Amino acid sequence: MELEKLEEILLGVQKPGRYIGGEPNSVVKDPDTVDIRFCMCFPDVYEIGMSHLGIQILYDLFNRREDTWCERVYSPWMDMDAAMRREGIPLYTLESRTPVKEMDFLGITIQYEMCYTNILQILELSGIPLKACERDEDCPIVIGGGPCSYNPEPMAEFFDLFYIGEGETQYDALLDLYKEVKKAGGGRHAFLERAAAIPGIYVPSFYDVEYNEDGTIRSMTPNNPHAPERVKRVLVSDMTTALYPEKPLVPFLKVTQDRVVLEIQRGCTRGCRFCQAGMVYRPLRERSLEDLKEYAKKLLESTGQDEISLSSLSSSDYSHLKELVTFLIEEFGEKDVNISLPSLRIDAFSLDVMSRVQDVKKSSLTFAPEAGSQRMRNVINKGLTEEDILSGAAEAFKGGWSKVKLYFMLGLPTETEEDIKGIAALANEVAKVYYDTVPKEDRQGRVQVNSSTSFFIPKPFTPFQWASMFTREEYLEKAHTVNDAMKAQLNHKSLKYNWHDADVSVLEGVLARGDRRVGAVILDAYKRGCLFDSWSECFDNEKWMEAFKARGVEIGFYNLRKRSLDEILPWDFIDAGVTKEFLKREWERAEKELVTPNCRVQCQGCGARKYGGGVCFEGQD
Amino acid sequence: MKVRIKFRKTGMMKFIGHLDVMRFFQKVNRRSGIPIAYSGGFSPHQLLSFASPLGLGLTSEGEYLDMEVESFEGSAAMKDRLNACMAEGLEVVSCRLLPDNAKPAMAVLAAADYLVFPRKGHGFPGWEEALSSFLGKPSVMVVKKTKKSERETDIRPLVYDFQRREDGMFLKLACGSVENLKPELLLEAFYRSLGKEWEPFAFRIHRLELYARKDDELLPLDSFGEERP
Repeated sequence: MELEKLEEILLGVQKPGRYIGGEPNSVVKDPDTVDIRFCMCFPDVYEIGMSHLGIQILYDLFNRREDTWCERVYSPWMDMDAAMRREGIPLYTLESRTPVKEMDFLGITIQYEMCYTNILQILELSGIPLKACERDEDCPIVIGGGPCSYNPEPMAEFFDLFYIGEGETQYDALLDLYKEVKKAGGGRHAFLERAAAIPGIYVPSFYDVEYNEDGTIRSMTPNNPHAPERVKRVLVSDMTTALYPEKPLVPFLKVTQDRVVLEIQRGCTRGCRFCQAGMVYRPLRERSLEDLKEYAKKLLESTGQDEISLSSLSSSDYSHLKELVTFLIEEFGEKDVNISLPSLRIDAFSLDVMSRVQDVKKSSLTFAPEAGSQRMRNVINKGLTEEDILSGAAEAFKGGWSKVKLYFMLGLPTETEEDIKGIAALANEVAKVYYDTVPKEDRQGRVQVNSSTSFFIPKPFTPFQWASMFTREEYLEKAHTVNDAMKAQLNHKSLKYNWHDADVSVLEGVLARGDRRVGAVILDAYKRGCLFDSWSECFDNEKWMEAFKARGVEIGFYNLRKRSLDEILPWDFIDAGVTKEFLKREWERAEKELVTPNCRVQCQGCGARKYGGGVCFEGQD
Repeated sequence: MKVRIKFRKTGMMKFIGHLDVMRFFQKVNRRSGIPIAYSGGFSPHQLLSFASPLGLGLTSEGEYLDMEVESFEGSAAMKDRLNACMAEGLEVVSCRLLPDNAKPAMAVLAAADYLVFPRKGHGFPGWEEALSSFLGKPSVMVVKKTKKSERETDIRPLVYDFQRREDGMFLKLACGSVENLKPELLLEAFYRSLGKEWEPFAFRIHRLELYARKDDELLPLDSFGEERP
């Protein structure tokens, strides 16, 4: 690429450091000594993409192979997008500034639905045909992975294959196969056919979908003998043997998560019925305490970062949390390393830890009750009781905190007006606890209780995958009900409330549970200029609505319709571990407001035990 | 103990802004194990101070940074230790021990040398002569905008020297907290004087050296420190 031209463009865009690579710990290899060129992409702006742990894990995993060079690319922001199109500069990898189109693979992690149009931007700027069926031998194999691959159907026609599950397990087999096929003179088709036989690999073009007259799916059947009927999710059954990147990339720019991240475990035992991550990452698998201590040291040494944070779902459930946190504070706290803790359950231990690592007066405590009433929390299986919250808050207030954040969802299945108003009532109770607990002379002004609500979006492979959503107007009415109820509370002066955008939620709902027919809408919206939909300054709902209209796709079919339990869902062809029987059982228990205990208390036979590891076999050596 | 670091910023690193370079050095110090000194207080920070922020898009072979350290292992050893942790385009040139009473680089800074030349596809034939005769005038009035006001000032006295060189035009300009002239401002005034429209980034600007004034003489900042084995 002509450097002179690129430099001039970079001088004219915001934060040109997004597009230059060269960060400490980035990997540069001699292209002549490798067989496979892999470009890893996070389809959002650099600062978001560089904060993602999964990319760092895969980057390290691929680059450990001598025959492979993995490079990176992120979504060019609007200004860079325009400049590249204007000057005819193709999307290039950060490490070597090689056009992405010249790579063997383009791997795209799909972390949220609202990045779908960004994926089309990546393809288009690379000069790769958007539809997989239009690609020739000169194009890289385009792979999708990440949470959204648990319903890949809306994006199916844009990908050559999806990798469903954890990257550590089958990528070696996939890359070895690629080399083998290439050596034997085989092309894309030959590779895809053989790749389809690898566990975890889904090649969308090898399946046909037929629909019933009412628009639901009649069947999804393989049209190629190499494609299995069901695609199995793959995972690491023993995290103690899983590799971890010891030299993560260190960005020059200040990125969203500008710190070293220590993944302490994968999976979750809690079984919250709305949570996709809690279902599709089962079973819970812990890393060993000794390994984590070692990694923490190595990571801080190799990056020079001054902050380390723990990463996992429900971190309080990690068996050795106390030892780990104590170790981190004692070992690194003295060296001016900040320790940032993820959402811990608020109890005496976590409060003690937090008071040691943060400035109590400035920081706020976060609770995620998710729902306002106990009835509603039983429905969603969030084990947190009002007593837990209020006693936790009381402890926190005694410890000096005076700011509390509360997170809730609106639009949950079976929700009543009482449940909705319960959000305001709970916020008021928390404020009341402050005034009851902290004597007047010790108060630092008013307590601040900030509540925020998002609209619940049913996700595949959760017990709520059958739930109906609401219209935009209904969502806003729910939010207004909360807002009015907040104002009517005794402590209303201490309460603040904000709610998420309803338009985005409606759209996310369609993309999350959509089928292949939704792909045409995404393409249409992109052609109309939709891009960076997760950025409120870019999101253009009108264009999306025009796209639905133009493609004749009804939002109500995906969001408002009541799905029957025997309907074939677009993602049913994936075996994600949790069985449909388990999800149905949980859906029925939700309707009966029954709480289901967590994995450590009692196995629910969810299906994840077949992976042969983790919490399912705890204490059974 | 105070050490004055001289470093180069070249290539793609011109796209990394001053604050990010500062954060970069903080991480380099941690990675390299330099016994850097910290301030006190609830959130301690490394005792670093840069002589003069370099604008985005500019390259330099004469940047300076003063660092307070707990101990000093020698100039060569410290330079090697830092360079083992740098990135392509950022390179330490020297590490010199400063006398205890030395003033910070930022406070004594008085002038800077630059080399300027047009980017490919920019500039015009004979620009060197034109710039020489522009700078040959006794005064160059420009409108300097500040947050509060706009006022006309003469920038010519802030140009201490200029010379045509084979690879561009050499400029010695006032730099620092007392008097300061950015080469971009000078070039813009030059273009305006010819009735030409100024294109930002039409010129490459490369900083060569930074100076402090001592007894009416301009001395490079590194001459205030001492190479120590």
